[in-house]
Amino acid sequence: MTTQQAVASRAVRSRLFWPVITLVALFALNVIVSPSFLSIRVHDGHLFGSIIDILRNGSPTLLVALGMTLVIATRGIDLSVGAVVAISGALACSIIAGSPDPGSVNTVLVAIGVALAFSLILGVWNGLLVSVFGIQPIIATLILMTAGRGIAMLITEGQIITVSSPAYKVIGGGYWLGLPASIIIAGAMFLIVGLLTRRTALGMLIESVGINPTASRLAGVRARSITWTVYVFSAFCAGVAGIMISSNVTAADANNAGLWIEMDAILAVVIGGTSLMGGRYSLTGTLVGAFIIQTLTTTVYTVGIAPEITLVFKALVVIAVCLLQSPAMQERLRKRRATTTTTAKAAA
Amino acid sequence: MTTTLPPIAPLSSRSRLARFIPSSRYTSVLVTLVLLVAMFGVGSARYRGFASGQVVMNLFIDNAFLIVLAVGMTFVILTGGIDLSVGAVVALSTMMAASLLRDGWNPAAVIVVVLVATSGLGLLVGLVIHYFDIQPFIATLAAMFLARGLCYVISLDSISITNPFFVSLAQTRIPLADRLSITPSVIIAVVVVAIAFVVLHFTRTGRTVYAIGDGGQSAHLMGLPVVRTKVLVYVISGFCSGIAGILFSLYTLSGYSLTAVGMELDAIAAVVIGGTLLTGGYGFVLGSLLGVLVLGVIQTIISFEGTLSSWWTRIVVGGLLLLFIILQRLLTARQR
Repeated sequence: MTTQQAVASRAVRSRLFWPVITLVALFALNVIVSPSFLSIRVHDGHLFGSIIDILRNGSPTLLVALGMTLVIATRGIDLSVGAVVAISGALACSIIAGSPDPGSVNTVLVAIGVALAFSLILGVWNGLLVSVFGIQPIIATLILMTAGRGIAMLITEGQIITVSSPAYKVIGGGYWLGLPASIIIAGAMFLIVGLLTRRTALGMLIESVGINPTASRLAGVRARSITWTVYVFSAFCAGVAGIMISSNVTAADANNAGLWIEMDAILAVVIGGTSLMGGRYSLTGTLVGAFIIQTLTTTVYTVGIAPEITLVFKALVVIAVCLLQSPAMQERLRKRRATTTTTAKAAA
Repeated sequence: MTTTLPPIAPLSSRSRLARFIPSSRYTSVLVTLVLLVAMFGVGSARYRGFASGQVVMNLFIDNAFLIVLAVGMTFVILTGGIDLSVGAVVALSTMMAASLLRDGWNPAAVIVVVLVATSGLGLLVGLVIHYFDIQPFIATLAAMFLARGLCYVISLDSISITNPFFVSLAQTRIPLADRLSITPSVIIAVVVVAIAFVVLHFTRTGRTVYAIGDGGQSAHLMGLPVVRTKVLVYVISGFCSGIAGILFSLYTLSGYSLTAVGMELDAIAAVVIGGTLLTGGYGFVLGSLLGVLVLGVIQTIISFEGTLSSWWTRIVVGGLLLLFIILQRLLTARQR
């Protein structure tokens, strides 16, 4: 086998192969429909273009998916992220709207601080139910998913709170260094998590908890603290995403903010090749997955299909990805590969 | 009553504490019943006109669709699965019914088409779960996306139902006694509960459902039709969602893509509050009925209170959910 072939076969076997191909195919489709898709313009020192839009609109999903990846790696799931997004946005906006000086940086910082602190508390709550009380993750986070929107409604008193604070607007709609601020925030969090989990043993410990919590505890891993931490981190990510979303639309809508975002996040994680059975995860995969979902949404817009029908496409993608990942299908593919190699050898 | 129930695993090594609890099999259902009576008592004591027969009947009238939905969900949860698609399937059913009726279809044909479609979707989900070994949670999530998306494919706007048969069915009141009446929906819901009760407690299928929840491997070794039943529960859930969708379209006399958002959570909450164990193998369909009534009483109390906002419902339901999940943990921990 030549080196080229070796590289090619390694690429095909990589878990990122199919996600990347999907992304490239989506890009190609977009370029065919609107040739200016890939172009990036500089206007007033800011970057503009479809790709930048996709990255910016996908930032909240990427953030939530980042937390979700680690939760799923411990064989858990966090259904409450949508509710946390709504609560965090509602808190931040109501503090800013209620302050005498909504435009000042101090008010905005206090609002963000309170929103993030409350998100952390919600994460501690989820983690407590899962790691100490031993409740199944789906059920434990279902409680906050049910009650959370009620809490968000309570904070906003059932109204959509609009804020007019230029300082707050920067987070979701502003620019830093020529790039949308939300991309920088999401990118920075991605890098930090990547470095923390892949340059230290943390990632491996998370995976070991996902494979077998009891065995890893017996081996000296603090399984309970690790499980607890990933839920806190997931809620934190959702909190940041909530601030980003409410800042982008300069309003907090307790009913609709972050609606279905838990589904998008889970989808991004699954598309990225992280197994829902826990034990292994790929942050790069999640990045590609989030990118695919946002591109899919944008594609539906550019092709001119009613945006609401995106859900059908997402459903088809989930089904296709899950079927391809399923043990039954993997087994079948492996068998086919085995037979082709044997026939190839026999022919040689 | 005891003789009518399926043989659930004998409680061999009960701890000393458990001996003081009469029959732990019924404990969580009893807790739900006590809770329901207590909440109703509080309501009657606080508000004038609360303790009337019609308030009780309204619980059934306003929640007929949720009762049917909870019945289907009970089957799924008893096998240890979960069905997140039911809310979306309800919305899809209302959309299908409304659009077909608008096109001048015969109401009977519409009902048949809706039920066949939703059962078919359930069958598809069940087959995917079994043959590809995909977690029920993910498979039904995909079904949820699909059903919601199909709603939008049918129409983006709300479609009102003007078919004379549907309208008259929606307006019919069946008098029970002096100033007491119910709707045909209530009768359908009660019949569905009764059939589910008989199926779960008197038939081989029912025994298999419980056996799968207790542990699929042993059920398989016992020679029970595990595969067929595992797929069947999703068909039942789809079928129930279809009935619930028709009842819901009678309740609102329209089809709309965004109805029933979060209704799957209400159904799951009702089943859990009704004492069914989320890991499967343990619970009663009558408990789920009680669970729906508890949710209904919460709503009624909040509407009688007047000053409380309706979003308190969600918070109270979340709190109850927590309470019952912890209660179940304690009860199961005691049994083992």
